[in-house]
Amino acid sequence: MSIPDFNQTIPIDHVGVEERISRLNSRSIKRESKVQALKMALNMMDLTTLEGKDSAGKVIQLCQKAKRPHPPMPDLPTVAAVCVYPSMVSLVKEQVKGTDVKVASVATAFPSGQAPLSVKLDDTRFAVSEGADEIDMVISRGAFLSGEYTKVFDEIAAIKEACGDAHLKVILETGELHTYENVRKASDLAMHAGADFIKTSTGKVSPAATQPVTLVMLEAIRDYYHETGTMIGMKPAGGIRKAKQAIQYLVLVKETLGAAWLNNKYFRFGASSLANDVLMQIVKQQTGVYQSPNYFSVD
Amino acid sequence: MSEATETKDIYKPTSPNSKLDFASVWEYASAPQDASFAEVKDRYELFINGEFIEPSKGRYFKSLNPATEEEIADIAEATQEDVDNAVKAARKAFEGEWSSISGKERAKYLYRIARMIQERSRELAVLETMDGGKPIRESRDVDIPLVAAHFFYYAGWADKLEYAFPGRTPEPIGVCGQIIPWNFPLLMLAWKIAPALACGNTVVLKPAETTSLTAMKFAEIVRDAGLPAGVINIVTGAGQTGAEIVNHKDIDKIAFTGSTNVGKIIRKAVAGTDKRYTLELGGKGALVIFDDAPIDQAVEGIINAIYFNQGHVCCAGSRLMVQEGVADKVIRKLKDRLETLIVGDPLDKNTDVGAINSQQQYETVNKYLEVGVEEGADIYQSKCSIPEQGFFIRPTLFTNVAQSNRIVQEEIFGPVLTVQTFRTADEAIQKANNTPYGLASGVWTDKGSKIFKMGSSMRSGVVWANTYNKFDPTSPFGGYKESGVGREGGMHGLAAYTKI
Repeated sequence: MSIPDFNQTIPIDHVGVEERISRLNSRSIKRESKVQALKMALNMMDLTTLEGKDSAGKVIQLCQKAKRPHPPMPDLPTVAAVCVYPSMVSLVKEQVKGTDVKVASVATAFPSGQAPLSVKLDDTRFAVSEGADEIDMVISRGAFLSGEYTKVFDEIAAIKEACGDAHLKVILETGELHTYENVRKASDLAMHAGADFIKTSTGKVSPAATQPVTLVMLEAIRDYYHETGTMIGMKPAGGIRKAKQAIQYLVLVKETLGAAWLNNKYFRFGASSLANDVLMQIVKQQTGVYQSPNYFSVD
Repeated sequence: MSEATETKDIYKPTSPNSKLDFASVWEYASAPQDASFAEVKDRYELFINGEFIEPSKGRYFKSLNPATEEEIADIAEATQEDVDNAVKAARKAFEGEWSSISGKERAKYLYRIARMIQERSRELAVLETMDGGKPIRESRDVDIPLVAAHFFYYAGWADKLEYAFPGRTPEPIGVCGQIIPWNFPLLMLAWKIAPALACGNTVVLKPAETTSLTAMKFAEIVRDAGLPAGVINIVTGAGQTGAEIVNHKDIDKIAFTGSTNVGKIIRKAVAGTDKRYTLELGGKGALVIFDDAPIDQAVEGIINAIYFNQGHVCCAGSRLMVQEGVADKVIRKLKDRLETLIVGDPLDKNTDVGAINSQQQYETVNKYLEVGVEEGADIYQSKCSIPEQGFFIRPTLFTNVAQSNRIVQEEIFGPVLTVQTFRTADEAIQKANNTPYGLASGVWTDKGSKIFKMGSSMRSGVVWANTYNKFDPTSPFGGYKESGVGREGGMHGLAAYTKI
């Protein structure tokens, strides 16, 4: 496999991308396929809290939610991971011990990435040493936008090395890349540099994840898979608040990449408030009526 | 990662021709459109002079649901006497009330019809799908909205005709005989009737024999709208009924959409008479993809060009020409995309490709599949399951084809695409134009100058750039060469229904 010339641009027709999205959104997901989708979505979620005011108490509660999303329904799957800042990693590690829930940590001067590589590497090594299973790094958007593709590539490769066994998710921050061509280029660059996952957004920049951007990234993953045989994961993050949106994302995955990606090893949702809407829909599918939001814990 | 290991174990590719598995793990449950509210009578009569009347010979034929092969209703067969009565009613209306009212009044009727179509859009969509086999997604989102749009658009022209032809005095032609096909039953009716009425003509319209149902529903709308008797007459029947219209001495204009063969017969029949005619006939559209095209969106364009409405589209893009450098990639992506097309119950909201319109067409398409294989082409079909009952054909593509192959030369009118490669733009143009047809074609490239070069070199009525099958009432539509005579739609469509 040769590394592509990132000075070349792969053309993307934005009208075509958005038409494809509206066609995929016309899929009607009902009954048992809806229940299955809701449970998959729950199981693919990275429950996230990334605030300056995060406390140990809040993080512990979030971990409880991750392990048992809705205690009245003990058979529900766990979420995929809890995603926090490096300082909270050891706490989460302890809380989720013995479960399927992974510990994910943002690193590399999240969310701006405005720090020297040495600082980013230290940040990453610290999170890994504290017990993170997964590292969510940000790319240097400034370098990318100014055309310093080699610099961005080398940074990702260096962070990947610092991750050791931890999985690396590369956040493109698509809201700052502005064109689908840039999203495609950044996706290709991240995958070739060693990303296990590519991820849309930090959640700190608007717009965060959108369906058209996600489709462009999924198509990049598909082409990379056909070229190399390696499956790369996808994580849209930020702005996905409703169960219906989550199902629409799953439709994109199913019809672009297929069944092999429909699990939390290859697809994640980065979200903080999506879980409760998904839970509410699951309960509604079981009981036939919507419950009050007060019946679901807000963590 | 126990969860992931588990899911990895259950992952088994199900489509042997594709590395990706689009079938297992999560399947969509059926999502059928409720059809119970759509009232269907056991029997439909002829609509002549504002009344529903029995056919003079008392003969009826059956209309089938091509997805189930079940009978939907009996449809009256109009014979010479009925056609004659319809023409007389149209003549009387033309010389009476209809020609004395103003354009503004005609517009009111057209607006009223348009609004009534919108009000009954769900019912019309369901019936269009039941009678013709097209997916409800298309009849609901494409056909019926466009039908209403056509009536709204031409309603707007009815009192502004002198602005369409500055310095002239446009006059109506008279009684128009209109014969429409089965692929877009109500939409083709709208394309024919809306401009005819806007210009002050009266009509005798014959729907295709396999898809009369929505035309008869439309007749109910016409009656409810209070349109003067005889302005619109609808006679149902097969080819013989059509011939009675074409050969009727008191018809001033023939408007036909259908096959090139029938178009030639009509042209012979009206030769030497003073009948005017417009013909919208077959096609064998070329889709040209350059190596600088946005490939994923181009693939989506191809899917839309050939598998829309089961390929029963006269302007379908059925010949793909792809520049050699990206041919393998495009074919691979096409095959992947084919696997995600959902084929089956047209009333299911998730169905992408419905039923072939009739047994006759089903046999025609299957014959061409055999021809293609005999000609030595490589056939690829999606692995989807198809219902046992009903006329269904898997989306198909042929690679390794030659320009001389029948499947490249002849219109198949089904979900069948041929794929050729080219090296230079000149070669693509030459191959694209090397056909008796010239209705529509498509070009995909990121470069604007290439679009203009191709657009002016390809001999077809429509050239879509980086998209396909986009319709709008404001845009004229029609063919070069054996694809037809005259234009429908837009301001150009008015010329076909006026004497200037």
